[in-house]
Amino acid sequence: MSEHEPGGAAAARDEHAWVVIPLYQEATVIGSVVTELLARFRHVVCVDDGSTDGSGDVARAAGAHLLTHPFNLGQGAALQTGIEYARAQPGADFIVTFDADGQHRIVDAIAMLELARREDVAIVFGSRFLDKRTDPGALKRLVLKTAVRVTNMTTGLKLTDAHNGLRVIRADAARGIQLQQDRMAHATEIVLQLGRTGLPWREFPVEVLYTDYSKAKGQSLLNSINILVDLLVN
Amino acid sequence: MWFQIVLIVAMVGIAIYLMRSTPSARHLAIRRVLVFLALAAGVVVVLAPGWLSAIARLVGIGRGADLLFYSAIVAFLFYVVVEYKRSVELNRTNTRLAREITLLRSRLDDEVGRRSDDDTAR
Repeated sequence: MSEHEPGGAAAARDEHAWVVIPLYQEATVIGSVVTELLARFRHVVCVDDGSTDGSGDVARAAGAHLLTHPFNLGQGAALQTGIEYARAQPGADFIVTFDADGQHRIVDAIAMLELARREDVAIVFGSRFLDKRTDPGALKRLVLKTAVRVTNMTTGLKLTDAHNGLRVIRADAARGIQLQQDRMAHATEIVLQLGRTGLPWREFPVEVLYTDYSKAKGQSLLNSINILVDLLVN
Repeated sequence: MWFQIVLIVAMVGIAIYLMRSTPSARHLAIRRVLVFLALAAGVVVVLAPGWLSAIARLVGIGRGADLLFYSAIVAFLFYVVVEYKRSVELNRTNTRLAREITLLRSRLDDEVGRRSDDDTAR
């Protein structure tokens, strides 16, 4: 993963950005995800959303700050908890949301942070559809594209990828986040709330690594119906 | 014939209520009034079953039993929606409570960590 890395292997650790990872039943992969992140980020927060497989202990052993929900609440709830914790930390300038299953590349997160700092952008959304690197397969592509269309209709933003867990959010934008959607519909809700802040945003092409592991846990067509209903019910 | 319109309006109204409204004291009051009206109507038609059939014929339905059946379906749908919304609201409250516990505990952990760091430094 080092070939695109700006600054090479000796690149410094980021001291001011906080990485937030919603964590649920990922004991087999979370350790390496945290270890690799800690090489480049000083602050990594895992929100253990009531895992029963010891994911939280693995994350803590790997060196992450660990927050633990008393029971399972959903990915959106875990993200909100992590964001509230991170934005209250003195010196935190950016929050990076990252998935626990190892499907995101750390170089993408670093590049997104650099873009935000260099060009004074408050929000950078990762998108797997800005280039051709990611191949989710036909059915998943259809599901994701439908999710994008629904998101764009409700939020007024023009995104190419809605349900991508890799985002870079500046502290002032993070203060506008108050997620009520505990389950998967938060991915649309967070775009809506960030859009309302009126702060400058970008999309950034990222690669999503579909390992067999993350494929098995991916979102089904039926689950996207759940997302739609969650968004419609007030 | 026009009872069909009443039924359709009622179901569309329930759908809008599901998607749009937020809980308020006004809605609670309306729901309670509806329950009392339904109870009163129930007592009336038990005492005078003929009235039910008369109303049914008036609105274009042959039998009182059919009118009762249709009304019961609408009432049931409304009840489902009300309870569903209540459970969504409860879930959100529950989440906020759990988050507060999580953040409090983390603040405690962070504080304990800082103090033990200070102790080892001393």
